[in-house]
Amino acid sequence: MTPAASPIDFTRTHAPSPFHARLLDHTITQNWATWNGYQTPRVADTVASEYFAIRSACSVMDLTPMEKYRITGPDAGDYLNRLVTRDVTKLKPGRVAYAVWCNDMGRVIDDGTIFHLSEGVYRLCAQHHQLDWLLLSSIGFDVTITKETHDVAALAVQGPTSFSVLSAAGIQGLDTLKPFGITSVDVAGIPVTVSRTGFTGDLGYELWMDPEHALDIWDIIFNVKFERGLYDIRVIGLDALEMVRIEAGFIMPGFDFNTADTAVRADFDRSPYELGLGWLVDLKKPHYTGKRALVAEHARPAKSRLIKLILDGNKVPSGSFLFDREGGENVGAVMAQTWSPILKRALALGDITLRKGQVPSELWAEIYYQKELKWKLHWAKGTVTDKPFWSHPRRSATPPHST
Amino acid sequence: MAQPNYDAIIIGAGHNGLTNAAFLAKAGLDVLVLEKNDHIGGATVSRELEPGWFYSNCSYVCSLFRPEIYQALDLGRHGLEIVPLQGSVTFSQNGDYFGSYHQSDIKRREIARHSQRDADAAIRFDADLMKWCRLIRGMLLRTPPDPGSFKARDAFEFAFLLKKFYELSEAQLYEFIRFFTMSIADYLAEYFENDLILAHFSGGSIIGTGLGVYSPGTAYVLLHHAMGDVDGNVGSWGFARGGMGSVAAALASAFQSLGGTLQDSATVAKINVNDGITTGVTLTNGDVIDAKCVVSNLDAKRTFLNLMEEKDLPPKLVERAKTFKIRGSSGKLNIALDGMPEFPALPKGSPLTLGHMHFSDTLERLERAYDDWKDDRWSEDPYVDLLVPSQYDPTVAPPGKHMMSVFVQYCPVEPDGGWTSEKRDAFGKTVIDQIADYSPNFKDLLVHTEVRTPNEIENEVGLTGGNIFQGELTLDQLLFNRPFPGYAQYRGPAQGMYMCGSSNHPGGGVMGAPGANAAREILRDLKKPDVTPQDFGDD
Ligand SMILES: Cc1cc2nc3c(=O)[nH]c(=O)nc-3n(C[C@H](O)[C@H](O)[C@H](O)COP(=O)(O)OP(=O)(O)OC[C@H]3O[C@@H](n4cnc5c(N)ncnc54)[C@H](O)[C@@H]3O)c2cc1C
Repeated sequence: MTPAASPIDFTRTHAPSPFHARLLDHTITQNWATWNGYQTPRVADTVASEYFAIRSACSVMDLTPMEKYRITGPDAGDYLNRLVTRDVTKLKPGRVAYAVWCNDMGRVIDDGTIFHLSEGVYRLCAQHHQLDWLLLSSIGFDVTITKETHDVAALAVQGPTSFSVLSAAGIQGLDTLKPFGITSVDVAGIPVTVSRTGFTGDLGYELWMDPEHALDIWDIIFNVKFERGLYDIRVIGLDALEMVRIEAGFIMPGFDFNTADTAVRADFDRSPYELGLGWLVDLKKPHYTGKRALVAEHARPAKSRLIKLILDGNKVPSGSFLFDREGGENVGAVMAQTWSPILKRALALGDITLRKGQVPSELWAEIYYQKELKWKLHWAKGTVTDKPFWSHPRRSATPPHST
Repeated sequence: MAQPNYDAIIIGAGHNGLTNAAFLAKAGLDVLVLEKNDHIGGATVSRELEPGWFYSNCSYVCSLFRPEIYQALDLGRHGLEIVPLQGSVTFSQNGDYFGSYHQSDIKRREIARHSQRDADAAIRFDADLMKWCRLIRGMLLRTPPDPGSFKARDAFEFAFLLKKFYELSEAQLYEFIRFFTMSIADYLAEYFENDLILAHFSGGSIIGTGLGVYSPGTAYVLLHHAMGDVDGNVGSWGFARGGMGSVAAALASAFQSLGGTLQDSATVAKINVNDGITTGVTLTNGDVIDAKCVVSNLDAKRTFLNLMEEKDLPPKLVERAKTFKIRGSSGKLNIALDGMPEFPALPKGSPLTLGHMHFSDTLERLERAYDDWKDDRWSEDPYVDLLVPSQYDPTVAPPGKHMMSVFVQYCPVEPDGGWTSEKRDAFGKTVIDQIADYSPNFKDLLVHTEVRTPNEIENEVGLTGGNIFQGELTLDQLLFNRPFPGYAQYRGPAQGMYMCGSSNHPGGGVMGAPGANAAREILRDLKKPDVTPQDFGDD
């Protein structure tokens, strides 16, 4: 038996992230959540200030806890193409693609982004722990898969001034970096990989570096605010992120739906079609995991759908059941919801059962809410949309806007 | 002496006998429980053998007990309290250990310390195990279907019945059959790679069985131990405050408050049957007590071969009772300690002593322990499930002192030449030496030790062969096959005769389900309202 690593610290549920020292300074609420074994702010200051940092200025979030896997070897590209439902054979070095992967029954295990870092070298970022599935799926492929979650520090810098902030911090070449592009830069002698990616639906970047340099990079960025007073930059927590990701129409496996590897009850998991991710499924590409089931499913009327709902009024449908009409038949429930300050609308993602595969255009939410602790009931009509609730040209403009 | 005519007599004040009696009393019947010992509880018992220390002499942890029964009999008001137990650890011979911490983030980090892949695989393992738990849990408070003339002997007949009666999908069915017939070693190999982790997770699969980690059927035994919960935390175990005797005491209190009569030191010699109709019982002192129905809490072998006359039984049943698999394989040490033993492999302040402790770090050692048993020897290097409940429970040992419970697998029903007190002590020494290998100050702390082999368990509790489950938990003795095909609905061969012990579905463990299920059938026959609880349901 090979001796294992030295004992873990059982007095803490989380390990410090490489940015922890700075997060501590900025999280004045001490309102923490545990994310993948790391301490992460739920709210650093106030949700409103953090939300508007993302939508109006520049926000910073520690992304280190996100699961990251390095995939290399002669078959790395073929392996990934066999793993995910979309065709990634054309993903060039220096590009990123969003993807989902399924089990043999065509049910979604997780989603994530594939970074083609350099010829034949990939990084897969995932929402949940995937090493077991990635290794099980690698049988027959000449690939090496290593978990690098703890070996790569990552920082999301997002918002309308993110390009200006990073440029002011000395990061060159972002003016030509297109959405889903990757570039390697040198920041005061420190190698940093920058990708134009994010979970906010806004202009934004993600920075990837050796944990050893994490605090230096953090300081270089924040000096743009603290030393030079050029732009406001704020640390954000998970609550503000939740608002913007719903506005942008992004989904969260394990929150908006049960992932296939954790679902206990039959039919409690979901297919990409049921999540509205049919555009990620390529039924023509050669065999991949779940393809047979997805081909069969595609030929049948869909059973359920994760829909986007814009509600009338100002009540947020937290945990609400959804009905075909006011007081009518229950067709599903809200899985995620937010008030959108920029749209002045209540938004929701709802999981509903479909009749004859038809997505309704309108649904009603039964909303319970409190005023001064008194519970009240309100019915709100919602309109189903298949587009992101909110998008802005600055998300994709190249060269990027400066504000 | 003239005895009153009871509606029902329950033979045995084991926890199932008491559960059964309590529900019958709740339905308004006039009920008498007869217990041979001067204390109640059977294998659910606490005794003060050394002043100040209360042992859970047999069963020692609680999670299988049905919350529906707890609620229906208001056991909380009758003094029962089940406190969740925290985590588990397996020490390895190289000085390291694997800790299954009760806090999930820490547990995950600890698995990853041994294998990153296993940390992720544990998610799939937990979800899959939960699927089986859900399925089995739905069957616990249900009377199994009667296969009638149809004898569900092989896997396919069994499968057919499962599908039909438990509404399994085709896919679930095949997986279920596979699961039921697998060894724990093969099952775990589909998830984990690390030797220590494999050994750690397989231990629960051999507890109480005459099977080894590589024997088909052990995967189910893991489930039998994992399907319980404490307040919804599936798979986690708890301590009954005051020891397992508190479970029996609460049940007895509920029973008596419902008007039932409990008589200890009363050994039943015979169930009286006249022309196929049960009339009552005869005690070993010659007393005859009449009753409209008689319910046996004893295991199937004892019930049919000791308490009933062959002439009152169908020959086939006698044959089944004789071949019923009920070989004991477990021993137990209960130890009064002068202080808390040290386990130097653990870092200072480690919470891991709060949970189950084990010393078997490879599947091979576990299998070798089984090999010894097959040769009618106790394991030289046994698998132990060691706990020190006094770390949480202030009522089982004096302040600063501790009580240790050590369940031992394997110990033979009868070693070569039979049990003697010397052999019993030698068995005890084997276990104590193993513990001392990991805890240098352990031997200095010993105040009193109770050593129990299957021999003591059989003689005191009346579990045939000392089998802790009242009969092996293998496919041929589960569900509608338990204890025998055609007798799985708690009704015996004579009218008015019933069985409520762990020999019946859903089997052994401190669960109360056989007792409650039997009460439901009795009340149905007597056309009384059903006061037994419905399954809470899982959806
Ligand atoms: C060492 C050991 C450890 C265990 N550990 C656990 C554990 O940690 N957790 C768990 O859930 N389960 C455990 N079990 C299993 C569990 O304790 C038993 O399956 C369960 O207690 C059996 O209950 P029962 O009511 O069906 O039968 P029993 O407890 O066997 O009750 C039968 C009763 O009948 C009485 N009796 C016998 N013959 C006569 C007669 N002729 N006349 C009158 N009365 C008679 C007996 O004295 C006894 O009181 C363990 C068992 C043992 C032996």
